[in-house]
Amino acid sequence: MTRFIAKRLGLGLITLWLLSVLVFFGTQVLPGDVARRILGPFASPSAVTALNKQLGTDKSVFVQYLNWITGLFHGDLGTSVATRTSVSSIVFPALWHSAKLAILAFIIVVPLGILGGVLAALYEGRFRDRLISVGGLSATTVPEFVWSVVFILVFALWLGILPSTATAPPGSGFLTQIEYLVLPALCLVFVLFGYIARMARAGTIESLEADYTRTAVIKGLPYRTVVRRHVLRNSLLPTIAVVATQAGYLIGGLVAIELVFNYQGIGQVLYRAAIQKDFPVLQSAVLIVGVVYLVATLLADLAYSLLNPRIRFESSS
Amino acid sequence: MSATAPEPTAVQTAPALELRDLEVAYRVRGVWREVLRGVTLSIARNEAYGLVGESGCGKSTAAFAALRYLPRNGRVMSGSILVDGEDLLSMNESQVRQLRVSKVSMVYQNPTAALNPSIRIGDQVAEVYALADGGSDGSDERAREMLSKVQIADPASVMRRYPHQLSGGMNQRVVIAMALATNPSLLILDEPTTGLDATVEGEVLDLIKTLREEFETSLLFITHNLGVMAKMCERMGVLYAGRLVEEGPVADVFDRPSHPYTVGLLRCIPRGGVRKDKETLDTIPGFLPQLGADLPACVFADRCGLAEDICRQQEPPFHRVSEGHCSRCHFYDRAHTLPRTTGAPPVLGESARQEPVLQARGVQKTFHQEGHAIHALNDVEFALKEGETLGLVGESGSGKTTLARLLIGLSPPDEGSVVELDGAQLAPTVSKRERDQVRALQIVFQNPDSALNRRFSIHRILGRALTMLTGQRGEEREEHLRQLAHSVRFDVRLIGARPAQLSGGLKQRVAIARAFAGDPRIVVCDEPTSALDVSVQAAILNLLVELQAKQKVAYLFISHDLGVVRYLSDRIAVLYLGRLMELGPADQVFESPQHPYTEALASAVPTAEGTERERIRLVGEIPSAASPPSGCVFHTRCPRYIGDVCKTEEPELKEVEPGHFWRCHYSAEQLRELQKTPPKPRV
Repeated sequence: MTRFIAKRLGLGLITLWLLSVLVFFGTQVLPGDVARRILGPFASPSAVTALNKQLGTDKSVFVQYLNWITGLFHGDLGTSVATRTSVSSIVFPALWHSAKLAILAFIIVVPLGILGGVLAALYEGRFRDRLISVGGLSATTVPEFVWSVVFILVFALWLGILPSTATAPPGSGFLTQIEYLVLPALCLVFVLFGYIARMARAGTIESLEADYTRTAVIKGLPYRTVVRRHVLRNSLLPTIAVVATQAGYLIGGLVAIELVFNYQGIGQVLYRAAIQKDFPVLQSAVLIVGVVYLVATLLADLAYSLLNPRIRFESSS
Repeated sequence: MSATAPEPTAVQTAPALELRDLEVAYRVRGVWREVLRGVTLSIARNEAYGLVGESGCGKSTAAFAALRYLPRNGRVMSGSILVDGEDLLSMNESQVRQLRVSKVSMVYQNPTAALNPSIRIGDQVAEVYALADGGSDGSDERAREMLSKVQIADPASVMRRYPHQLSGGMNQRVVIAMALATNPSLLILDEPTTGLDATVEGEVLDLIKTLREEFETSLLFITHNLGVMAKMCERMGVLYAGRLVEEGPVADVFDRPSHPYTVGLLRCIPRGGVRKDKETLDTIPGFLPQLGADLPACVFADRCGLAEDICRQQEPPFHRVSEGHCSRCHFYDRAHTLPRTTGAPPVLGESARQEPVLQARGVQKTFHQEGHAIHALNDVEFALKEGETLGLVGESGSGKTTLARLLIGLSPPDEGSVVELDGAQLAPTVSKRERDQVRALQIVFQNPDSALNRRFSIHRILGRALTMLTGQRGEEREEHLRQLAHSVRFDVRLIGARPAQLSGGLKQRVAIARAFAGDPRIVVCDEPTSALDVSVQAAILNLLVELQAKQKVAYLFISHDLGVVRYLSDRIAVLYLGRLMELGPADQVFESPQHPYTEALASAVPTAEGTERERIRLVGEIPSAASPPSGCVFHTRCPRYIGDVCKTEEPELKEVEPGHFWRCHYSAEQLRELQKTPPKPRV
């Protein structure tokens, strides 16, 4: 087990390093001089040179990359060229915001999706199954920004029961914050429900048809016990693994929703940094999203192997 | 729980299971198709009843019906099912559940799949007790007791394990423990030993026999293996196309089969040491009718060599042959005169060539797994002459398939191994071999489903093989392809079909044709008939013999069915833990004196004659090849164990009689003397 984790961590570090190279040199390919972009077309060449020198952007890209990486190891993410504040002070609060939204969405969609999928499987081919499967799939195919607009129209403008932005006023209590987050979380639920339900349904159907389920029924166990003890245990394994990988998307990939709801999450930070060519912020934010993805998949794999004795014992023996 | 003596009640006199005119149908593509067409049978208390028939005859449906467990598209159309005199069809769900808890249990074909992969063995067994008593007090303790009853040596440690950590035979013991846990009055066994090794099969069958007496349980035993049937059952029924065509005491039915289908089934299996040069195996012509097909008055008429007009017009009644022995055939009294469908055996001439086609010397194969070296094959040596069959037997894990793959060039042997074709060393992998060498050495796999590309038509599969092996194209290839199909008796009209559209037997014919595309000198047959019904198996074995007579091809024939191996082989090699334990002429290997391992293997096989020598128990399971025992690798389980010499010194493969080799410290004379009496069980 420890060997497995060590191997995964090692691979993760290599992936992160590749990502850092990619994002750093990728942004360098974009045309334009950094100081010129900041100071505008009318600034004097000497001011541009001075600023470049101050930012370190006059040095070769390799030196710049090395400086950036060295800074990262010292916990210094650099300084935003747009706001002149430290990157950490921009990126980490945004990450926390994103996490709050993701957690709320997760808490709603995971039990709902699993329940829906299991129900669909138990009533395979019948009306309930069709409703859940087709409904879930349809909801997934509609992009999240369409759902956001629809929900704002219905709940904020028409019914007026929920706020249209996601950012609660400063100093709001826990419940108020949740109130503000309900609509964007709901969009995510709609997008993810079909996906999770489909996985849960497929796993449950496979497990229901398995020989060991037949054994359990013929033992004389009540149907509920068969499902709870023998079916779900095996059927939800793949689902749990898939669900956990979604955590990365939920935290790092919500650009559209955060924009529509004007929410200061990491997606919004990424978007703005890209527009403003604020490379230090962009690079660090991408790297942090990468870390989140990696940790999420690692946790997913760990959860899967803990739940699945076949994998657990192979790696330990 | 066996301590409480059963009180005699009225119910006690009722049969354990009674099926009356049972009709079951499956709904397939909107149409109800009959699976059971009026089955009536009765299993008395304490009786063991066997049900035979080819796959698709409705055996399993009948078994699951007795538990009222039918697939979602299945339904009982009419008739009744009584367990202990209680009508199953009028019960509600919870009564059915109660019945499954207390009265009827089942043991399945694939034990490892029948156990839940993510629940510990102990919990799965204890669950049954918890269910029966309503609480879980002491259910762990009782589960442990039950596991020791099924002769699991260390129940406490087995209880903590998961199914994938145990062997198939061990898992089957666990399933049997669960089935017998609540002392049911009826135990249904659906092919419980199919897929297990001969030695394990023997042990599981012995176990079922012992427990059956202890628990006084009635058995419904489903098998396609007539030998197993003869060993286990008192009475048997023969099912064909959902109808019981013959029924009677096992000995009577075997002695005097009175339905042409039973006669055909019995003639299909190689029995009593019959060999390919003495007798062809009989086959049953035609195919089993489709589910729900319209059948003539006698369901077997279309495939019967005795059928006359009356068979198609008038349903035969259940004629009484003798006491308790009935046959549903108009001509039951002359069923045994059923004409044979196959002719005399082909003449298998001795080859003039003395030098072997294939020669293997010092063949080694080591796998490396997580730092351990696993010696899958150790110093294997044999020669194969033109037109000869060498049978290869041994338990799973003995290295049979490794040897097959290595000869074919699918995995390279260790440095220093010698494999020669016509005296020329073969390259270790197939990609480095000459085309002529590749075409000379071909293989037929066990499962034609996975060996044939399912997206290609048969025409394309065989065409590609011809092009690859012979370089033929165009009209020349077409001509050769037709000849090839003809030679394996494959209907050329089906040449455009894809594998999925063909039956198992036809698919295996295609696989054989593919191997024969380049006129091979040697064909390795890796369990080619294990997945097939006996009648199809007979046809395939006949085909192999015919091809051998015509083309002087040599076979390396791997099978766990010793009857089949004996039928086909001229010589037999016995493998154990990657070592050749015995090698000799087929008849000598099966007669005393023989290597103690072969002796145990052969004694484990139930024969259709029912006359069985005492089975020799092998202690424990086959050891791991990662850490083989010292000295003679068989010493840990050997029933003829001598003493320390076996532990310390590995015996050489010595020639004990001309052409007969074995690896044992005993001499031929010593073993001949010893084997007059069965060995005492080792402690």
